[in-house]
Amino acid sequence: MHPALQGLITIIVGVGGCVGYYYLSNQFLDKVLFPARGANAGRNINRANMIRPWLFLAPALFALGLYLAYPVVETLRLSLTDRDAGGAFVGGANYAQMFAEPKFWEAMRNNMLWLIIVPAMSTAFGLLAAQLTDRLAWGNIAKSLIFMPMAISFVGAAVIWKLVYDTRPIEQDQIGILNAILLSLGAEEPRTWLTIPFWNNFFLMAVLIWIQTGFAMVILSAALRGIPEETVEAAIVDGANPFQIFFRIKIPQIAGTIVVVWTTITIVVLKVFDIVFAMTNGQWETQVLANYMYDKLFRANDWGVGSAAAMIIMLLVTPILVWNVYNARKEMK
Amino acid sequence: MANLLLRNIEKTYGGSVNVLKDINLDIKTGELIVFVGPSGCGKSTLLRMIAGLEKITDGELQIDGVLVNDIPPSERGIAMVFQSYALYPHMTVRDNMAFALKLARKSPAEIDAAVTAAAEKLQLTEYLDRLPKALSGGQRQRVAIGRSIVRDPKVYLFDEPLSNLDAALRVATRIEIAELKEQMPDSTMIYVTHDQVEAMTLASRIVVLANKGIAQVGSPLELYERPENEFVAQFIGSPQMNLLPGEVIETGETTVVRLDGGGIARSGVPTRDGDKGLRVNVGVRPEDMVPTDGEALFEGDVNIVEALGEVTLLYFRPEAGGEAVIGKLGGIHADLKGQRLRMTADPSRVHIFADGQSLLYR
Repeated sequence: MHPALQGLITIIVGVGGCVGYYYLSNQFLDKVLFPARGANAGRNINRANMIRPWLFLAPALFALGLYLAYPVVETLRLSLTDRDAGGAFVGGANYAQMFAEPKFWEAMRNNMLWLIIVPAMSTAFGLLAAQLTDRLAWGNIAKSLIFMPMAISFVGAAVIWKLVYDTRPIEQDQIGILNAILLSLGAEEPRTWLTIPFWNNFFLMAVLIWIQTGFAMVILSAALRGIPEETVEAAIVDGANPFQIFFRIKIPQIAGTIVVVWTTITIVVLKVFDIVFAMTNGQWETQVLANYMYDKLFRANDWGVGSAAAMIIMLLVTPILVWNVYNARKEMK
Repeated sequence: MANLLLRNIEKTYGGSVNVLKDINLDIKTGELIVFVGPSGCGKSTLLRMIAGLEKITDGELQIDGVLVNDIPPSERGIAMVFQSYALYPHMTVRDNMAFALKLARKSPAEIDAAVTAAAEKLQLTEYLDRLPKALSGGQRQRVAIGRSIVRDPKVYLFDEPLSNLDAALRVATRIEIAELKEQMPDSTMIYVTHDQVEAMTLASRIVVLANKGIAQVGSPLELYERPENEFVAQFIGSPQMNLLPGEVIETGETTVVRLDGGGIARSGVPTRDGDKGLRVNVGVRPEDMVPTDGEALFEGDVNIVEALGEVTLLYFRPEAGGEAVIGKLGGIHADLKGQRLRMTADPSRVHIFADGQSLLYR
């Protein structure tokens, strides 16, 4: 069958199935299980209304349970078992093994670097872009351009940036713009950017910053527009210069939103995998936790240590996630 | 402690939309000037131009003899109280009031003294460490006023400061502003409102704005007793002044007008010989109308009676070709509904307008 046709059928069956489920299950509840007639019509209506939310939530609860809750429990179990011993319970042995590996600590260190730099830079650039484009006639065009990388998948972005960092032998034309610029400025040799330890981490981070700046800009731009204009005018009358207005009047008023943006990007960063996987695969000291986990799980087939790494990532993400949700709810009030 | 001079002030948006033109005004030290006018008349725009928040398209603005057209707001010696209070939500009351002084790099002792003094004057001392969101509307407005006071400005600007308060609080805060003005007799204040009660009670002089310009400037009672034109006559006073069309039949110290509705109006507004036959509008305020058995300027059926207790409003059924006329009698007269009444007014209270302008002022 033609793949397009296959896709179309999948969509029809999927969407039709959803609509069918809600319609038919609702009909069943109202007409068969608790019909709104007969001696107990009032009682039946009340009971149907009590059941209805659960009926509608059931598919989502089932999917979340199967794909989110169950894997957490299963991963925890796997992290405490050993592959070589045929899945026997080994306690913390996998964790001990992992903590003894330098590659794990390299991943941990790199993850912390990512954690500090990417959210900070994305939020800062996003804020800057939001403020600078706010009053421009062509601000919306600039915003669209800055937002566009959001639409590109991480792997796609990684491929694009791999071309930016591309290196060719000196006798060939450079197709990587960074090396092309370098050579045109008179350098002798092209550099292999992604193999320069430590600094190559930042070249990888640039990709994620490039993507996330658009997200930060859109959210912060909306927040900046929500600031009452009169507080800014009051500050002008009080004698504040543009910098003081920005840092002492505007930023404090959108602090809640900044925290939400920051933590949201932090969570993305903790899960970062695709970019590292596609660009260096953790070589040249660019390993990160998610890629480390993938290496262990799917390359070394060591589900014990791989699951242990997954648990560490979850432990790191959870507190930030809680804080993020708390702040986001506060913002919505 | 400053006088303001406005010379041919003009405001145009986008090069073509003219909202204000030929504004000439001389404001003396210690005056409380109120700008009133219908919505969209540009009164807030004029205030914002004085503040420096809007650019002055053309004309001159002088504060204490200094041309300030191109001087930034903070250096004009003005302070502004906004309609929405515009408190900084992330700062305590103390920090809100201290902000301008901190920016001006005043010493902490100086700042503390100024904030404490202002807080005492406005009964805000116990709220100094609260955030604005923990204050009531009236308290927020007082903080906004306090923020102005600490700067010790030459000119206070108020942009509809009471319109976000409920009716009872509005009266109380209005009186507070009046008291504040008494305490600072040398401060010049400019106050924008659309509420004529605020204008009448607070102002040393009222500036009525209409049709892109100034309709009249004068003390509240001047505007009430001797309006220069029909617009001011109808804008000041509630319910608005009745305007009855007619023709001058006798001129002199007392002018006699035969009204189109059939009545005869006698007015203390003097006219010249040549005015005989002039088409005019006779203006009579509802509260100046009295029932009579003799010569009437108006006769009609009472259509609706609104007894408010202290006064009773009478709405007369519009006669063919005539205007709806309103009368206002002291006390309770609920029994007048449906009756036919003859109304007249004291000649000193009867205004005459030709082409919209009062004949008093030509």
